[in-house]
Amino acid sequence: MTIDAAALASLTCLAPVEGDRITLLHGAGTGASARLFEQVLLPRLRSAPLEERHDGAVLSLPGGDRLAFTTDTYVVSPLEFPGGDIGSLAVHGTVNDLAMCGARPLALSCALVLEEGLPLATLERVLDSMAAAARAAGVQVVTGDTKVVERGKGDALFVNTAGVGLVPAGREFRPARVQVGDRIVVSGSLARHGVAVLSQREGLAFESDITSDSAPLASLVEAMCTAAPDIHCLRDPTRGGLGAVLHEIAAAAGVEIEVDEASLPFDPAVRAACELLGLDPLFLASEGRCVAFVPPALEPALLAAMRSRPDAVGAVTVGEVVGTNAGRRPVPGRVVIRTQIGGRRLLERPLGEPLPRIC
Amino acid sequence: MKFVDEYRDPAAILALASRIRDEATQRWTLMEVCGGQTHAILASGLDSMIESAVELLHGPGCPVCVTPVETLDRAQALAALSDVMLCSFGDMLRVPGSNGNLFDARARGADVRVVYSPLDAVRLAAANPERRVVFLAVGFETTVPAVAAAVRHARARGLSNFWLLTSHVRVPPALAAILSAPETRIDAFLAAGHVCSIMGTQEYEPLVARYRVPIVATGFEPRDILEGVLLAVRQLERGQARVEIQYRRAVRPEGNPAARALVEEVFEIVDRPWRGIGVVSSGGLALRADWSAFDAERVFAELGEISALEPPECRAGDVLRGLLRPPACPEFGRGCTPERPLGAPMVSSEGACAAYYRYRPVDCLEASP
Repeated sequence: MTIDAAALASLTCLAPVEGDRITLLHGAGTGASARLFEQVLLPRLRSAPLEERHDGAVLSLPGGDRLAFTTDTYVVSPLEFPGGDIGSLAVHGTVNDLAMCGARPLALSCALVLEEGLPLATLERVLDSMAAAARAAGVQVVTGDTKVVERGKGDALFVNTAGVGLVPAGREFRPARVQVGDRIVVSGSLARHGVAVLSQREGLAFESDITSDSAPLASLVEAMCTAAPDIHCLRDPTRGGLGAVLHEIAAAAGVEIEVDEASLPFDPAVRAACELLGLDPLFLASEGRCVAFVPPALEPALLAAMRSRPDAVGAVTVGEVVGTNAGRRPVPGRVVIRTQIGGRRLLERPLGEPLPRIC
Repeated sequence: MKFVDEYRDPAAILALASRIRDEATQRWTLMEVCGGQTHAILASGLDSMIESAVELLHGPGCPVCVTPVETLDRAQALAALSDVMLCSFGDMLRVPGSNGNLFDARARGADVRVVYSPLDAVRLAAANPERRVVFLAVGFETTVPAVAAAVRHARARGLSNFWLLTSHVRVPPALAAILSAPETRIDAFLAAGHVCSIMGTQEYEPLVARYRVPIVATGFEPRDILEGVLLAVRQLERGQARVEIQYRRAVRPEGNPAARALVEEVFEIVDRPWRGIGVVSSGGLALRADWSAFDAERVFAELGEISALEPPECRAGDVLRGLLRPPACPEFGRGCTPERPLGAPMVSSEGACAAYYRYRPVDCLEASP
């Protein structure tokens, strides 16, 4: 895959990595994280799969099979939240990263960083939850590691999981395949995970029935591939939410994306919580949803197949990749939102960890 | 969603915009005071819908924006003390001081916490008796009652490790300062509905009488704002100048008496410097003498004088007074972006520069490099 250099430059990559220290901005799925990757990590660790900037790497094996390989580290606070915990999240997140490469998951690793003083009962609950999530996703944890750090040197429990899976022939989910006319389909209501975690955070705890959407996506992806055999790209809108996915794809594919504000699927409770906190749900995470870029001819079959499943009953088309439009040339890397009142404005890039405002 | 959807109904909004255009016989200049209103206006493109009838100038109602750099620097210096836990609203963390922001201070090891209510800071003080807890108290009259309640709560619990670094500001003196400036060309104000829900509207009567400008206490949803504009335009067309309330579901002329009494008990009116604007006479609130034991500036006198540095190319003061539209600033989107701001209005969720940057209409970008 080739990367459109101009499109990447428009990602504000021109600015240098700021300051002489890592700040939280560098980890928040923002321009600062993109710069950290482009300017600090990639130049030192450069490889063809890394240059793909995908959720995982797809490696060709000598026999012709393709192996997907991904890793992710989970540092969620609190460890347990409505609808899940760090254990189930660490399985779902990695299984889903494999699924976003088109892979059927084969096996996971699990590395734990335990802080001195962590209650054993908490660890047991998290591991039970991890085991249940792995069983439900049809994958085994086959290797692992445990380290204990002094009190104060870790936040109770960090989990790393890596996963491998096989990519069936014919599946090519890559940003570079996204093209003008592609429809953008999401698998259901968004941002529930982000709001569920926020609702439990120290100092913010608010009463709500919102549970995380954390769930494995592999079986949904299989059904989607059967119904629509030529999906161009798949992403799960985790950190940074749908807004971050749209910006990443628009930049990596060198296309302009337009989304329809009225079509965005947010539960009323999620919208209400975001109104109260002054947050935009477009930038909050889901952990059991996916975003598909699909040719328009396949859109009806894809939607029908998704909606027939309990885990994607709310699937909906939210936008498309636009070409020349009313005499305007598309601008690579740009994301435009059609507002409910009929205007069109730019969707901003996420700026960092969402911060509730003063009043 | 109840109480939201009906105020965002596209049909109602389009109808109001059309009435404003029909009723205006000339183009009027209105200033919406609150940055929350500015964001709502730009998010929905309301300004362009009524462009032929009304020019909307954006006012100083962004508490984060008007907090002096000295206060931010002082907060950072306090946070750098090893036994201090500095608590603030999330909005304040990205605002640039002389030497980076509170995020940078945190990366250097400072204990900086985001809280959602001043009472959370009191809880942190109670839970961490070995730490000195300072709450960076910024905000207009809307936020002051909760801060007053927090201080009272801290005293009632007998806490001796909780202080305020205050930079509270008041709206009416700022409007007076803007109206008395020779370059002002404002025909009417949309006052900030949330401030009025606490303070009521009586404070605006002397301004209306003196400067003959209509002031309409207005809400924050698109329909509220266009209703406020319509009420103001009607007054102007009839040659009237009155205080009027559009935001009736939250605002009474007398405000919220309990909240006002709480503020009155703990705070007194003082002159205060506003970032970008200068000292506003009676423009701030400070702890009364009886409560000065909670004043961080007294207790942490060891910090001494703070000499603040502002980037000279930042024209936030002109933006805050409605004299410069953010996109007309030479640095807008070039030397100044939300990720690398020169001034607070580019990062605050109520800042006018941030609103323009965030909600640039599509054609605006095509014109820029």
